[in-house]
Amino acid sequence: MSEEQIKNLEEQFEARILRDDKIEPKDWMPEKYRQTHIRQISQHAHSEIVGMLPEGNWITRAPSLRRKVALLAKVQDEGGHGLYLYSAAETLGISRDEMFDQLHTGKAKYSSIFNYPALTWADMGAIGWLVDGAAIINQVALCGTSYGPYARAMVRICKEESFHQRQGYEIMLKLANGAPEQKDMAQDALNRFWWPSLMMFGPKDDESPHTAQSMKWKLKRKTNDDLRQQFIDQTVPQADILGLTIPDPDLKWNEAKQGYDFGEIDWDEFWQVVKGHGPCNKERMKARVNAWENGAWVRDAAMAYADKKSELKNKQAV
Amino acid sequence: MKNENLYNYILGIADNNLILGQRLGELCGHGPTLETDIACTNISLDLLGQVRSFYQYAAKIAGDGRKEDDIAMLRKERDYLNVLLVEQPNTDFGYTIARQFLFDVYHFLMLTELEKSQDLTLSAIATKSLKEVSYHKRFSSDWIKRLGDGTSESHDRIQMAINDLWTYTDELFHQTEADKVMVAEGIGVDVTKLKDDYYNQVGNILEEATLEIPERKYFQKGGKQGIHTEHLGYLLAELQYMQRAYPNMEW
Ligand SMILES: [Fe+2]
Ligand SMILES: [Fe+2]
Repeated sequence: MSEEQIKNLEEQFEARILRDDKIEPKDWMPEKYRQTHIRQISQHAHSEIVGMLPEGNWITRAPSLRRKVALLAKVQDEGGHGLYLYSAAETLGISRDEMFDQLHTGKAKYSSIFNYPALTWADMGAIGWLVDGAAIINQVALCGTSYGPYARAMVRICKEESFHQRQGYEIMLKLANGAPEQKDMAQDALNRFWWPSLMMFGPKDDESPHTAQSMKWKLKRKTNDDLRQQFIDQTVPQADILGLTIPDPDLKWNEAKQGYDFGEIDWDEFWQVVKGHGPCNKERMKARVNAWENGAWVRDAAMAYADKKSELKNKQAV
Repeated sequence: MKNENLYNYILGIADNNLILGQRLGELCGHGPTLETDIACTNISLDLLGQVRSFYQYAAKIAGDGRKEDDIAMLRKERDYLNVLLVEQPNTDFGYTIARQFLFDVYHFLMLTELEKSQDLTLSAIATKSLKEVSYHKRFSSDWIKRLGDGTSESHDRIQMAINDLWTYTDELFHQTEADKVMVAEGIGVDVTKLKDDYYNQVGNILEEATLEIPERKYFQKGGKQGIHTEHLGYLLAELQYMQRAYPNMEW
């Protein structure tokens, strides 16, 4: 293809995105678009499956059968989200095994929030309420993203995430209205998960190098800071209903901007966790790698069995 | 308790679900593939969903103010009536599948009979459970075949798991005192009558999976009388942790 032809294609491509056309797997796309999407979608998929771990921890200890069943269902949903997202990424020409390899070798990232420990039952409430809540804000924006398979996966996922958030909030509500020990447990969980949840929206806009390009491709529709603000404005009244205190002495309603002002995020902590030195980075990766390595003989067996069966079929056909 | 036999009979069924569901719950997020992970979680969900119906009914029969969670989580080790098979640990995926398979075939046969119970509540729970359990049985049977007839490593591993767990199969067909009374009243299932069908079905699948049917003269028993393997205590410690640490609270 001549340079001019490529330029033409690129112009047509950008025009389609501008018109809100969906880009589909077989369509021509710039290499950078493909690579950026593989990176973001696989990262998102990894977050779903690493995210199964902190909550998975509490399945065996859930305080009632009703909660146990609901938690199992939630963690299972996250696994399902992982599946849709890996499939969406595969349409861009990367295999699931390659993506797992990138995760296990540390080449691919996942959401840092899952590197914080889930220490008490109240963390199941806080994670649902805050972490799924923050995820929804990020993901609703992606339902209109330009890449068709990703946008469609997001629509499906968002429905389940809002159910998760309600479930988490309901756990918090029960604790906040329960015995003093339960209320303390809820406050403690909020204290530990509040700031990491704010960090889920990523660095400040002026330190977020990909924002302009991502906005153009509708991989982002609002900036990190806008989304963070939206999350805070939506969550503070919910904490008030619970009778819990957001652990930020600088949090204050700002009449002029019709939103909350809030304190400085600890960006050193943010980068520390992103770079692999959070409280649970090593444990999470070890759990994933162990599952993968211990499962190798099972996957090999399934493959060998499938081969034998298709061989048999071929023979019978002849 | 007015109807202690019925109460114990229900626990004899439900405790199997609870303990196996709990075991499978330990695996969530750690499976060999995302698909098997989701499937095992799903089986756990089904079993625990069923157990809630059983315990709610048992609580009603007991009529002493206890609720489903009290029955599930606040009994002592010796009061759990599950068979030894279901409390065995998740040694590896082979053991998980072998345990599941050896239980599913029994579970399906038992529920098929329970559906005919004179007790309408039990019959209704059985009907609802059967749909789910027929899926479990298909899943575990398929994996027995895959592992048995997959690679030589998988063949050896699943054969070892089947051999080890075989010793717990005979107990499935032992009758308790509560069983006998409930069978006489047309409520309970006569498990002794399921035995031949069970070993036939299991044998056929094992054969198809190129696996050997273990030859055993000696079997383990005791679960139905509350005499368990050492594994159960640890499982209960996790299961009961919150209820014990924070008594009398709503969650
Ligand atoms: Fe999710
Ligand atoms: Fe979620």
